[in-house]
Amino acid sequence: MLQYAIRRILQLIPVLFGVSIVVFAIIHLIPGDPAQVILGQQADPQTVADLRHNLGLDKPLYQQYLMFLAQLLHGDLGKSLVTQQPIASEMFPHLAATAELTLFSMVFAIVVGVNAGILSAWKRNTWFDYVAMVIALVGVSVPIFWLGLMEQWLFGLKLHWLPVIGRADPRDPVTEVTHFYLIDTLLAGNAHQFWTVVQHLILPGIALGTIPMAVIARMTRSSMLEVLKHDYVRTARAKGLADFWVIYKHALKNSFAPVLTVIGIQLGSLLGGAVLTETIFGWPGVGLYLYNGIGARDYPVIQSGILVLSVIFIVVNLIVDLLYAYFDPRIQYK
Amino acid sequence: MNANGQTADVPVEAVLRTPPKRSVWVDAWKRLKRQRAAMVGGSLVALFIVIGLLAPVLAPYDPTAQDLSHHLQPASAQHWLGTDEAGRDELSRLLYGARISLTIGFFSVVSSLIVGALLGLVAGFFGGWADVLISRVFDVMLAFPSILLAIAIVAILGPGLFNALLAVAIINVPTYGRLIRSRVLSVKQEEYVLACRALGMSNARLLFRHVLPNSWAPLIVQATLGIGTAILDAAALGFLGLGAQPPSPEWGKMLSDAKDYISNAPWIVAAPGIAIALSVLGFNLFGDGLRDALDPKMK
Repeated sequence: MLQYAIRRILQLIPVLFGVSIVVFAIIHLIPGDPAQVILGQQADPQTVADLRHNLGLDKPLYQQYLMFLAQLLHGDLGKSLVTQQPIASEMFPHLAATAELTLFSMVFAIVVGVNAGILSAWKRNTWFDYVAMVIALVGVSVPIFWLGLMEQWLFGLKLHWLPVIGRADPRDPVTEVTHFYLIDTLLAGNAHQFWTVVQHLILPGIALGTIPMAVIARMTRSSMLEVLKHDYVRTARAKGLADFWVIYKHALKNSFAPVLTVIGIQLGSLLGGAVLTETIFGWPGVGLYLYNGIGARDYPVIQSGILVLSVIFIVVNLIVDLLYAYFDPRIQYK
Repeated sequence: MNANGQTADVPVEAVLRTPPKRSVWVDAWKRLKRQRAAMVGGSLVALFIVIGLLAPVLAPYDPTAQDLSHHLQPASAQHWLGTDEAGRDELSRLLYGARISLTIGFFSVVSSLIVGALLGLVAGFFGGWADVLISRVFDVMLAFPSILLAIAIVAILGPGLFNALLAVAIINVPTYGRLIRSRVLSVKQEEYVLACRALGMSNARLLFRHVLPNSWAPLIVQATLGIGTAILDAAALGFLGLGAQPPSPEWGKMLSDAKDYISNAPWIVAAPGIAIALSVLGFNLFGDGLRDALDPKMK
């Protein structure tokens, strides 16, 4: 297992290197003079020259890349052109907000998706199976930004059940320690505030988690159907084990490896989808930070947002691969 | 060789030709017809294609004609789906939007299919440094969540419909490239490929006459499913203001413009979303059915 983990981590080096080149290239592939494009055609030539110098665009390309790489390795993501603040420190609270939202969505997607998939397989060809699979099929076809808007309209504007914007009640601000509001409110021992934060998470969490939930449900169902045919499942049932234990103790573990891969892939869609969901729900995460950066043509922010989300995606996939090898040791020998 | 010791000028295809059997595609079509879900999907796709083609005939109004005195009106006999914030007829915009979304979906997938297939063929067939280089580029592209890569590309090229199409095409190249590479790796071990080589067939001919046709099936399935994903991605870019620009009736852009009016005119938000979902659902159902029909072992 350790050997496999080391090999897998070493394989990441060229990928991370490639990702850094792509992110570095974003500003250099802008047609024309990037500094002029950022500041607009009417900008004063001196201001353009200053920006070009500040961004290091007046240096040879290889030198620019080496500087960019050296900064990255020191955790320095540069400065925002709009706020003139270091992006790394500016982005950290946003990162926590995105992490909280994506984790909440993933938990929703896994709990609902896995259980719906199991029940569908167990109750194959019943009305439950049909309804669950139709919902799963529609779930992968619905644009998440539309789902988010419809949720806002129905549960926020019409029924007034849930808040539709932000992370917490602005009249009762959370004292930020870890920037994870669920943890911060627990640390403060404020149950009411904790519940308000949960309420703020529900709509964006469901909007973001619907596609992964649908994909996980479909994969769990097909994987489970495969496993339920095996002799050991029949044996477990024959010896009188309750259905619940047959499924959750025996069948689920053996059908979980492909589901885990899907979960890893879906985390990518969650991180990408965060840009859309955060924009709709005014969720102050990296996605919204990136979106605002695009609007302001703040290229260092755009580069950093894309880089950070992609590196998280790569690391999550690594963890999923290692878990996959744990669940199915045969993978290590391939 | 003939009696004079010369090689007879017999076309390689003639040697390899076997008596025609029933086509794989005919069998696949028969299996596809039996799947109700695939047929529903196919009908949805056909419906949207017809709507897209006949939009100028079907649309009751000019999709960009503004009438501010009749803005945000609910459904009525004059405007079946109401009007948007600029008083434009929602139905006409939806119908024209089908044309835009299907065009983006189709052309982006065809472009990524062509580029991906060529790169995948080269990587899989020739191996060596070409394979290493192409595969590493694919790895890096797949290391980005796809919509983020699309955003990066549009951030470079600038917002616009064509650039969004290009971005959606580029992000999907590795999907097709990897697929065809893995097919080629297995097809090139087949006996008929070895036979072609033994008969002296050129690489190009071998690739395009034998290897590629035998690798089509999974590509076509992926492409069908890919059109749905491409429509979703392009709509997402439009929604973020990076795709189609006003007054284009692109569905994602329509949603983005409508979101500020959701409290008093929810229908202008609901309609484009339903159109996107139905068209994507159509391609997903049809693609799923096609996969089962082309590979009966999958069932």
